[in-house]
Amino acid sequence: MSTATMPVTSSAWDRVRGLTPPSRYLPVLATFALFVGMFGAGGIRYEGFADPQVFLSLLLDNSFLIVLAVGMTFVILTGGIDLSVGSVVALSTVIAAKTLEMGWSPYLSVAAVLLTGTILGLLMGLLIHYLDIQPFIATLAGMFLARGLCYIISVEAIPIRDETFSDWAFKSATLPGGYYIGYTSIFALVVVAVAAYVLARTRFGRTVYAIGGSESSALLMGLRVAFTKVGVYVISGFCASLGGLLFALYTLSGYSLNAVGMELDAIAAVVIGGTLLTGGRGLVVGSLVGVLVLGTIQTFISFDGTLNSWWTRIVIGVLVLVFVIIQRLMTRRQT
Amino acid sequence: MTDRPTVAQRLLGSQLVWPVLALAMLLVVNVIATPTFFNIRMQDGHLYGPLVDIARNSAPILLVALGMTLVIATRGIDLSVGAIAAISGAVACTQIVDSSDQGAFATAIIACTTAVAVCALLGLWNGFLVSVLGIQPIIATLVLMVAGRGLAQLVTSGQITTVNNETFSNLASGFVLTLPIAIIGALAVFALAAALTRRTALGMLIEAVGINPEASRLAGVRSRTIIWTVYVFSGLCAGLAGLIIAANTNSVNANSLGLFIELDAILAVVIGGTSLAGGRFSLLGTLVGALFITTLARTIPNVGIPSEANYLFKALVVVVVCLLQSPAARHALRVRRPRAVVPVSVKAGPA
Amino acid sequence: MTQMDLTPAATDLTADHRGTPVIEMEGISITFGSVRALDGVSLKLHAGEVHALMGENGAGKSTLIKALTGVYTIDSGRITVAGEPHEFSSPAASQAAGISTVYQEVNLVPNLTVAENMMLGREPRRFGSINTRAMNRQAGETLAGLGLDIDPTSMLGAHPIAVQQLVAIARAVDVEARVLILDEPTSSLDADEAAKLFEVMRRLREQGVAIVFVSHFLDQVYEIADRMTILRNGRLVGERVVAETTQLELVKLMIGRELEALERLDREVAATEADESGSPVLKAIGIGRKGSVEAFDLELYDGEVIGIAGLLGSGRTELARLLFGADSADVGELKVRSTRRRFRSPRHAIDRKIAFSSEDRKAEGVVGDLTVADNMLLALQASRGWLRPIPQATRTKLVEEYIQALDIRPADPAALMRNLSGGNQQKVLLARWLITEPEVLILDEPTRGIDIGAKAQIQQLVADLARKGMSVVFISAELEEVLRLSDRLVVMRDRRKIAERPNQDVSVSDVLEIIAGEARAEEDSRD
Repeated sequence: MSTATMPVTSSAWDRVRGLTPPSRYLPVLATFALFVGMFGAGGIRYEGFADPQVFLSLLLDNSFLIVLAVGMTFVILTGGIDLSVGSVVALSTVIAAKTLEMGWSPYLSVAAVLLTGTILGLLMGLLIHYLDIQPFIATLAGMFLARGLCYIISVEAIPIRDETFSDWAFKSATLPGGYYIGYTSIFALVVVAVAAYVLARTRFGRTVYAIGGSESSALLMGLRVAFTKVGVYVISGFCASLGGLLFALYTLSGYSLNAVGMELDAIAAVVIGGTLLTGGRGLVVGSLVGVLVLGTIQTFISFDGTLNSWWTRIVIGVLVLVFVIIQRLMTRRQT
Repeated sequence: MTDRPTVAQRLLGSQLVWPVLALAMLLVVNVIATPTFFNIRMQDGHLYGPLVDIARNSAPILLVALGMTLVIATRGIDLSVGAIAAISGAVACTQIVDSSDQGAFATAIIACTTAVAVCALLGLWNGFLVSVLGIQPIIATLVLMVAGRGLAQLVTSGQITTVNNETFSNLASGFVLTLPIAIIGALAVFALAAALTRRTALGMLIEAVGINPEASRLAGVRSRTIIWTVYVFSGLCAGLAGLIIAANTNSVNANSLGLFIELDAILAVVIGGTSLAGGRFSLLGTLVGALFITTLARTIPNVGIPSEANYLFKALVVVVVCLLQSPAARHALRVRRPRAVVPVSVKAGPA
Repeated sequence: MTQMDLTPAATDLTADHRGTPVIEMEGISITFGSVRALDGVSLKLHAGEVHALMGENGAGKSTLIKALTGVYTIDSGRITVAGEPHEFSSPAASQAAGISTVYQEVNLVPNLTVAENMMLGREPRRFGSINTRAMNRQAGETLAGLGLDIDPTSMLGAHPIAVQQLVAIARAVDVEARVLILDEPTSSLDADEAAKLFEVMRRLREQGVAIVFVSHFLDQVYEIADRMTILRNGRLVGERVVAETTQLELVKLMIGRELEALERLDREVAATEADESGSPVLKAIGIGRKGSVEAFDLELYDGEVIGIAGLLGSGRTELARLLFGADSADVGELKVRSTRRRFRSPRHAIDRKIAFSSEDRKAEGVVGDLTVADNMLLALQASRGWLRPIPQATRTKLVEEYIQALDIRPADPAALMRNLSGGNQQKVLLARWLITEPEVLILDEPTRGIDIGAKAQIQQLVADLARKGMSVVFISAELEEVLRLSDRLVVMRDRRKIAERPNQDVSVSDVLEIIAGEARAEEDSRD
């Protein structure tokens, strides 16, 4: 009679599980399938779409968003949200442009930018954890603060003329076959790899997932909840400023009206990439694929030439909807 | 009601005191900067003055915030209100422009009714996603927030549509009984919502659904219907707000109409004392919150702070308000705060 | 019930008691607002003993535990660990001092694997990164050492609560604590799982670990504990050696009342008989739900109490939920007084005068931020619809009536529900259903986690209601309770109804035998 009450329910499920990859990878695989499907469809429909260089350009044009999505993934995994990232990107471009204009060395500029983003993230994290302010509100304040600082520094756009900066922007490596991959793209991919390692293989990363699963349990288990919760916002702030630097490289200018609404794109990418907004489930590589999906939609539109830009918004909305419904059906089945 | 705090008791309780004090402070600051701030004069049978302006300008955000309050009370959130407002303005304006008699009274009525009906449908859509499919509200309404502006642009074909209809313009600039139509309308919706929620059991049921949806369902509460209803109400409010905003400029720009109004609305609700976690709500608090936000927007240029600092100031205000509320909220919850940090979910209680 | 445990280990313990206690809590006081939860309480824990912490709900057991584990800070008094004073400002600090806790609610994370949950915060690392293989291996070894057949790489959330609880205990065990606190660990375990737990506890005791065992199950306390500390209303009322205290003395210390109240009830209930003539008030024909419970038949008559007995996971709650419409049936039909009905939602069932009190009062019953009055009147208000609020006079009358009848404390209709103890919350929820004046009342674990005094009150209530003509479906894991109150017994096993018989001269072992079926008969014959 000893195992009479052990789960009988898992036997049928076990059989199915033996055939399919572990459930935690399924959402990412679905997104990846979508991406491949879209790219393939584009290749069939438009000439020149299926060229690998198009894919590499996709990486180049979206490297900043990839980094943003990485930071956002950390935050969302703990069940929070960060609405400030778009504004921090803008602030980063403005600080970079302004300091370069004032004659600072590019390395010093970079340091200043990264420091700002990190400090902002730290402040928001402290507000959220120690003062119990909801992430929505605290990062909203952060958004206003960053945007406000932008306007104070400069209302008009500032061009970036520094040579080292332009160098970094255009440097690329050559791949076999004569294709070019920008250094910025490589950098973004490295960020994704580091983040994936941290989340999967460090105690900090596992604590992130634990907090997303149940914060009270994580606390009672003696995990470093405070450090981790504040930490994810620091990471998000850092990634936002990093993304801002990449954006500054991309546009070679600093403008306080940059990146309005970019946080929504980051959130959409994370959701499409299979991360649950409630936290606890998701992979950072999924967010990467999510960004690529978003980028492909843009590429579609520009290749087509006849579609109006507002279709982008509608398609992204529909995609998010579809993925969310799929996520909902899958979690319903598991619980 | 002996077992429920009366309106007076609630007013004096911790919740409403802070936002009212904050609003009072703002008004004081304004008077110091502009001694004529409280002046109201009668002209052409209408009231004029800075306070009247504030009242009129607060109408759209008050409307949106009212809908938002009930949604938040059910533990939800509606991020799509800005997009819905844009769609509302777009539908109304294109209807007027495409009609045979652009300036007619009937045209305005038909256009507004169509717009509001569309918004009700959008609210139904949000409600469907949340209550039937069980999708998290933040993501369910995010869909419409993202796609909605695209839809609004689709309606206007990407053009800024200008209208020329006096009835429509009156929505924003007209007066009735010496007060601006906009604020009368918003206050009417406020009164309606207050009556519906507090004079009937609807308010209590909404709170029950927000605090514990499953327990409410098992107790026989029609949770699904209630949740659906609040999203429709939110959509309607957003639609009305969109009409007023469009009427204000006699045009609709699908890109910018109501941009970020959801953020201001959520701020108004939070400032007014309703918790984002759902449950007990205060429509009166939202009213004060909406007035606060509108007054703040007015205060900044009034006091001479450059408009560039607008955002900075808002950030400061948000943080200060939340800081003030936080210990007060925690005291009201009677959570014991040890030196270590304990999440609010590990609630205390003699046991 | 053997009261003396004369194994060699037990006699060795008396020697340890003269040594320094591994944990000593002296004069601990904690106040929440105006409520004094603990008033000068002391606790002495020695190495190598199982120490039971006893008391009704509201006595302060949970608070004392949370003070020891760093969740609450103490207002006065001190805690010493191995003779040195300590101040625990967080659960992590307490764990660092060697105190490990397993709480009543499974405090693990469902979205990670079993091994990850067990090793969270202490994962084995290689060059700074987590060594997954070593982690899985270590977790597997610990689980095997406890005799548990659980796959360490499986997702925790995929397992039922009982299994998750065992993983929580395995985690605590793995930490090599010198103090292990188990807060109501057996409330979700069946007899076999509890026995396994006790084996582990004995093994740990021999290794010198001090174990604090908080439980309502007196039999289990007598089976495993060496000494006990009894609290009442936040104060210490006694510290005893288990072997030297009878159950009657213990209960007297805990509630200051006699067990006679319960014995009186036994005699009363035995005297009444249910009326099985006429048509049944509720008739289930072949009702079932895939993955939940197999098709069953059931008839319920006026004024009778049907007890549903079965082990954890046997489908009792699922059966009840089907009768109520909380879950929808895939097959079969339900007849309410000969009329066929289909309950598509709890609302329909309530309209038909059927009431259901869920076993999980926290998730499915308590609306914490509303008042006691609002909670009580919720179902009634819901059935009237939102347009017809209950008139104030009626509200006051009903609420006061039930506060009196059920002895709800504090007797304040405006008190917030979440500030009440578990037992009083349960009474408010019962009142919620009784106010709807149902004809059929389904009670799922109405006395779980409730002190003896309140338990007796609720059981008396059930008997009274049945006598007045209400039909009651009574579900409880405590077979004594079920047998005390039922007119008829329904036995379930593995999500199937396996037996039904009138409750005449049926004993606990009879029921267990039915559940075990032939396997048990074989075992018995072998003994």
